[in-house]
Amino acid sequence: MAARERNPLRQQQAAPPSAPGPVHSRVALRVNGRSHVLDLDNRVTLLDALRERLDLTGSKKGCDHGQCGACTVLVDGRRANSCLLLAVTLDDSEIVTVEGLAAPDGALSPLQQAFLDHDAFQCGYCTPGQLCSAVGVLREAAAGHPSHVTGADAPADTARPVVLSAEEIAERLSGNLCRCGAYNGIAEAVAACAAAGTPDRTPPPTPDVIA
Amino acid sequence: MPTTPDTPSALGSPARRSEGREKVTGAARYAAEHTPPGCAYAWPVPATIARGRVTSVDTAPATAVPGVIGVLTPYDAPRLGAADDPTLRLLQDLSVPHRGWYVALAVADTLEGARAAAATVRVTYETDPHDVILSVDHQRAYTPEEANGGHPAHREQGDPDAALAAAPVRIDCAYAVAPLHNHPMEPHSATADWDEERHHLTVHDSSQGAGPVRTALAALLKLTDEDVTVVSEHVGGGFGCKGTPRPHVVLAAMASRRYGRPVKLALPRNHLPATVGHRAPTLHRIRLGARTDGTLTALTHEVTTHTSRVREFVEQAAVPARVMYAVPDMRTIHRAVALDVPTPSWMRAPGEAPGMYALESAMDELAETLGIDPIELRVRNEPRTEPDSGLPFSSRHLVECLREGAERFGWADCREPRRQGPHLIGSGVAAATYPVLVAPSTARAHALPDGGYLVEINATDIGTGARTVLAQVAADALRVPLDRVSVAIGHTGLPAASLAGGSSGTGSWGWAVHDACTALTARLERHHGPLPTVGLSASADTTQSAKQKSPYSRHAFGAHFAEVRVDTITGEVRARRMLGVFAAGRILNPLTARSQFKGGMVMGLGMALTEHSTMDAEFGDFAESDLAAYHVPAHADVPTIEAHWIDEHDKHLNPMGSKGIGEIGIVGTAAAIGNAFCHATGHRLRELPLTPDRVLTALGGAG
Repeated sequence: MAARERNPLRQQQAAPPSAPGPVHSRVALRVNGRSHVLDLDNRVTLLDALRERLDLTGSKKGCDHGQCGACTVLVDGRRANSCLLLAVTLDDSEIVTVEGLAAPDGALSPLQQAFLDHDAFQCGYCTPGQLCSAVGVLREAAAGHPSHVTGADAPADTARPVVLSAEEIAERLSGNLCRCGAYNGIAEAVAACAAAGTPDRTPPPTPDVIA
Repeated sequence: MPTTPDTPSALGSPARRSEGREKVTGAARYAAEHTPPGCAYAWPVPATIARGRVTSVDTAPATAVPGVIGVLTPYDAPRLGAADDPTLRLLQDLSVPHRGWYVALAVADTLEGARAAAATVRVTYETDPHDVILSVDHQRAYTPEEANGGHPAHREQGDPDAALAAAPVRIDCAYAVAPLHNHPMEPHSATADWDEERHHLTVHDSSQGAGPVRTALAALLKLTDEDVTVVSEHVGGGFGCKGTPRPHVVLAAMASRRYGRPVKLALPRNHLPATVGHRAPTLHRIRLGARTDGTLTALTHEVTTHTSRVREFVEQAAVPARVMYAVPDMRTIHRAVALDVPTPSWMRAPGEAPGMYALESAMDELAETLGIDPIELRVRNEPRTEPDSGLPFSSRHLVECLREGAERFGWADCREPRRQGPHLIGSGVAAATYPVLVAPSTARAHALPDGGYLVEINATDIGTGARTVLAQVAADALRVPLDRVSVAIGHTGLPAASLAGGSSGTGSWGWAVHDACTALTARLERHHGPLPTVGLSASADTTQSAKQKSPYSRHAFGAHFAEVRVDTITGEVRARRMLGVFAAGRILNPLTARSQFKGGMVMGLGMALTEHSTMDAEFGDFAESDLAAYHVPAHADVPTIEAHWIDEHDKHLNPMGSKGIGEIGIVGTAAAIGNAFCHATGHRLRELPLTPDRVLTALGGAG
């Protein structure tokens, strides 16, 4: 090993100027029915707040850029990429993560059970996001939200539920990547729950406020 | 395998994943999901030049960031011990061998602080001219001694040039496969905790083998193996890129030791392409000589690929040609060019995946030229022994896979391409092969006084279902119901075992588990009275049996069928149907096995249609470095996929009679899709993936 070289900038490092500290805010996060009051650096995403501050590591970080869906949670009943939300903006929001999908007694939700039955995962890293996303898909279809493949002849009144065909499920879940390629199993699991019309126990979406 | 009459065989049953509940409830913890008290966060700084050396690192702005613990640079980072793998010699000297090579590491109290600090580290460089573009006639191309897997780079039988010259029918084609990225859903992560008092390092790492990580860390940090514990309990996919220790774990361990704090480091997604390996681009030239009845008389497969200047890795893409078809005169050769690029490495079926794309495309071209059905062409060239070694096959049912697949797919009914409005529809077929690999492992089995059994082995479950299938192996060897067996894996405190790679896990670990449980069964038969409170144990070590050279050529085989729809307006190619039929020994768990076959086929679909990376000539950077630019298949890309297998009984493998199944699903998929595209459109594209720009150019070129 050659002798260690000197960093020519070493001298300049002796007395670093102090930079201003990060801005913190107090935020009350409601997660899976429990309230947490946190003093958070404003840069903390919801995903990092869940994983690093609340030890709720079920929500996964796959890309941190909203590209993979592994961090999907339900915010006020709607699915969202938690890596794209700043935690300080979610004061008083109702957040449900994968840890909140099963019943308090540990009984799995129909979707969770269907994922086991259809072998809808391999490594399991995308699974929490797929599950939370699937909860959203079932609700959106039930509420009549059309997707890109619903077709022009879909009812415009949005009140009528959209039938979740295989194509609809695949389209609506395409924001959740699975590198193990368990897509068929995931779609089968969601289809089984859609067909059974099984309700989930997570809080319903907050009604839209129309100004 | 013996079972008592009242205990149905666990092997062969579709047992659900034993850790499934943890995975669907979010309770399964991956490497970055351990936060020891006082845990700090690290964020690495990648080099922004393609080649040269660091001339200074200004850490002053970074260390001024509140909460920053320190910044490691090549000037002051701890000196590492010996590394077999030079990509792990991090921050040890000032050279920059490729863009993305780490040149500093910021460590802070918080993730946000570490990220912000890393962004303020100012590095100056002296740049050297760089060369990052592979070409088939590159001046510095050389023939290495070996390609990956220990295969000789060059093999030659007979006189292929003379045989080609004399052949009545010849095919001479060039194919290209772009660089590809593994991109497991869990980015490489580690939580390292150095305990100065105990002189012990504990690391949670996202790895396909905790054992090799421990060995590497011990050597680099100048510790003994006993000073290091590595845990890889749940791993969010790997596909090869977690098969060797990677920079993140070394950096985390270095930082923990330097700063006396636990350190967590999860790589940002867009760092992965430059730091954890990739499938190197391969440029193929295949020449086939045949008689008019389709009998092959000559075959040459020449592969040119890149490697880095840091470590040689040569994708063994010409190797499958040595196994596939009966050809008397054959040359298979690899040439490599060492460029200023990140070091390529294993990605699912290294060698076979790109090699069989080229070979099976060429076979399709030959079938087309001869007017012979592509299945019949393959059947006519079925070898009696392995062409290269002359060894008999332990079992080979490629023809059966092709026939069964044709039946299931309705091959005879889709030989005419169709047009539906602006869509062209066609079908294609391709063969698949993957070797049976096995590595020595050890295991321990305990009979517990409560009637349960515990099997211990440092195997890794990267999503394969290893825990589940090993419990099945154990249950049968112990002749007990599956629910009595629990399996502990993913920890260096357990009996040493091989890594999860080369589709070798189940065969290698299962063999050791089988032997340990068989020994325990014998012990239990000799034991009378209640078990002692500590239970009874037995161990096994398969070093002797697994290392024994087999007198057989051992491979799994398969056949892929695909139907594609080509949109002549948008240039989009979509797979409408995909079918794989495999001959892979005994299928030990049909539920998890089917998922693995299909998962491989999905990755093959990506290779065919969406996945590619581009080396930027100017910057020496992979242009598609994140999941927005590098398109792995999404739900809507994937049709209903069928995977089936044929019963194959092979006594020359391991006690379970199994072949590896994790990789063969990707082998041949892209060729089947490419062949279907050609069938649909009449145009042969010889470069993957089949993106709209290429498709429209091809279709437009036809006028």
